[in-house]
Amino acid sequence: MEGPFSNLDVFAATLVEAAKTDRDILVVTSDSRGSGRLAPFAAAVPEQIVEVGIAEQNLVGISAGLAAAGKKVFAVSPACFLTARALEQIKNDVCYSDRPVKVVGISAGVSYGALGSTHHSLHDFAALRAIHNITIVAPADNFETREAVQAALRLDKPIYLRFGKKVMPHLPRVNSQFELGHASLVRNGKDLAFLASGETVAPALEAAELLAADGVDCRVLSFHTVKPLDEAAVLRAANETGCLITVEEHSVSGGLGEACASLLLQHGQSVRFKIVGFPDEYTMTGSQMELFRYYGISGSGLAETAGRLRTNKSE
Amino acid sequence: MHKHAFPMDPSLNLQQLKLKSIQYRKTVLSIIKHGGAGHTGGSLSSIDILNVLYNRILRLSPVTFRDPNRDRFVQSKGHSVEALYTVLADRGFFPRSELDTLNRFGSHFIGHPTRHVNGVEQNTGALGHGLSFAVGSALAAKIDRKDYRVFALLGDGELAEGSNWEAAMTAGHYRLDNLAVVIDRNGLQITGPTEEVVRLEPLHLKFEAFGFAVRECDGNSIPDLLAHLESVPFVTGQPSLLLAKTRKGYGISFMENSVRWHHRVPTDQEFEQAILELEKAEASVA
Repeated sequence: MEGPFSNLDVFAATLVEAAKTDRDILVVTSDSRGSGRLAPFAAAVPEQIVEVGIAEQNLVGISAGLAAAGKKVFAVSPACFLTARALEQIKNDVCYSDRPVKVVGISAGVSYGALGSTHHSLHDFAALRAIHNITIVAPADNFETREAVQAALRLDKPIYLRFGKKVMPHLPRVNSQFELGHASLVRNGKDLAFLASGETVAPALEAAELLAADGVDCRVLSFHTVKPLDEAAVLRAANETGCLITVEEHSVSGGLGEACASLLLQHGQSVRFKIVGFPDEYTMTGSQMELFRYYGISGSGLAETAGRLRTNKSE
Repeated sequence: MHKHAFPMDPSLNLQQLKLKSIQYRKTVLSIIKHGGAGHTGGSLSSIDILNVLYNRILRLSPVTFRDPNRDRFVQSKGHSVEALYTVLADRGFFPRSELDTLNRFGSHFIGHPTRHVNGVEQNTGALGHGLSFAVGSALAAKIDRKDYRVFALLGDGELAEGSNWEAAMTAGHYRLDNLAVVIDRNGLQITGPTEEVVRLEPLHLKFEAFGFAVRECDGNSIPDLLAHLESVPFVTGQPSLLLAKTRKGYGISFMENSVRWHHRVPTDQEFEQAILELEKAEASVA
C-alpha cells in the first residue's frame, strides 16, 4: 500500500478487493456512496451494493435483515446520522438481536468541520459504549484501517467502524500486529503516555516528538478499539509512566478518556491524568484542523498540556 | 418441492382451524393471567392471523427453523407476544410448559419476542422496526435467487413510526413480491381510536402509493385470511399488503373493541367468564 490516503479511501479500497472474491459481502448505503468513496465499489461489484435512500433507520434495519440471511453487511452512512438517528436500530436490530452488521460511520468526529454540529459525531463512542454487544473501532492510519476492515470481516458479531476523511500519515509502530481489543504501541516511552484514538493518534505522536526534544520520553498508544478497552495497556501505561493523557475526536463525556478514568479509579490507580477532547460547550466553528488546534488536539497543544500536567498535579 | 421440504399440517381443515383459534385464545388468557401481565387486546385481535400463517401458510416448522430456505415471519408488533408464544408452542417450537414461565425472573419468555425463544426470527418490541428487517430478509432472497417468502405482522398504531414508511418505500422500490405485510387493523391504540390519536387513513391508498398490492379482509375470519394469504403475492412484482380488519379483544364479549383491555390482566371473575364464553364458542364450532 502506498499513499498515504484517507482512512475512508483505504476502507473503500479494502472492501472492493474483498468483495470481488466474496459475493456475500454487501454494502448498504443511504445516498452515501459518494461520501463513502464507494463509487469504485459500485462499479466493480454492482450487485453487491444496496441503496436505501436517505433513511438511516431503514439502512440499519435492512442491514440486520440481510445479515440474518447470511450476508456480510457494511451499513455505511455519515457517523453523525447513523449513530444518532438510527441508534435504536443499532441497539435493537443489531446488538440486542445479535446480527453481525458492520456499522460504518464515515466522516466521523468533526471531519465535516464547518458544516457544523448537525454533521459532527462527538457522541458516538459514548452512545455505543453504553450498548451491549458491539465492538467500537476508530483506526488511526491506513494500516489500522485495512486491518480493521479485515478483522470486521472475520468477526461474526456487531462492530462499529469509524472513519474520518483526512489523509492520514503512516504511523510508525513498535509491533505490526493488529488485534481488535489490543492497543497498538506507536512509540515507547516512560515519562508520560498518550492514549489516543482515531485521527488524534497522529497529533499525539507529533507531541511526543516535540516533548522528546525537551527530554521527555513519551509513550503513544493507538486505542483503535475503544470497546472492549485494552485495560492491561491502560494500567501498564499508568504503572510505568504515572502520567496519562487521553486524546479523542469526541466529547470528553463518555468516550475513551472517561473509560480510562473509570478503569484507573476502580483499580486504585492515582496518576496524573487529563482527558483531551471536545468540551461540553457549543462547538466552535471551523475546519477539522482549526477545531483540533482550538481544542488543543495538535502536536503543540498536546505538548503544552503534557507540560502543565507534569508540573501541576491538579491539571 | 416446498410442500415436501417444509411439511405443514394440511390435515387441519377449516373447522379445526377455527377450534385452534378458540384454544389459542384460552391459552393467551391463561398465560397472561398466570404471568400477571400481557397485551391482551392485541394478542386476541391478531391470533387468527398467526393461526392461519403458522398452520397453513408458512413453509416453516421446528425442524426447518434454521434452514436458509424457510419462510420467515417477523412480528413487528412485539407486544402481542403472548399470541406468538401460544402458536409457537402449539407448533412444537418448545414445550407448552415453558409458557408458564412468562414474565418470571430469568425466563426467556418476556413481554416482547427475543431469539432466545425458539421460533422467533428477530427481537422486536420497539415499534416500527420489524418491516425494515423483513425488507432486508426479502431482499437477501432476491439477491440469492432463493424462493422463500417473508411475512411481517404490524400493528396499526405503530404505523405512526416513520421508519415503517422508509421501509415501505424500499419494499416498493425493489419490487419485493416475496414480502407480505399483514396489518392488524384493530383501530385502537393505548390512548384510544387510531383515527383520533393521529389519523392513519386512507391506509389502502397510502400503501398503494408506496408500491404495494393492497387487499382488505376480515382479520378475525379464518376463511377470509386463508383466501388472501394463500394467494400472495397479490400481484407479481409488488410487495403484498393485507389490511386485516380485526377487533381488539376479539372473542371475548367484554374485551372486544375496548381500549381498556390493551394490556389489562383479567380478574379471577373476568377470566372465568372469558373461558366460559370460549367454551361456548368451542361447542358451537364442534
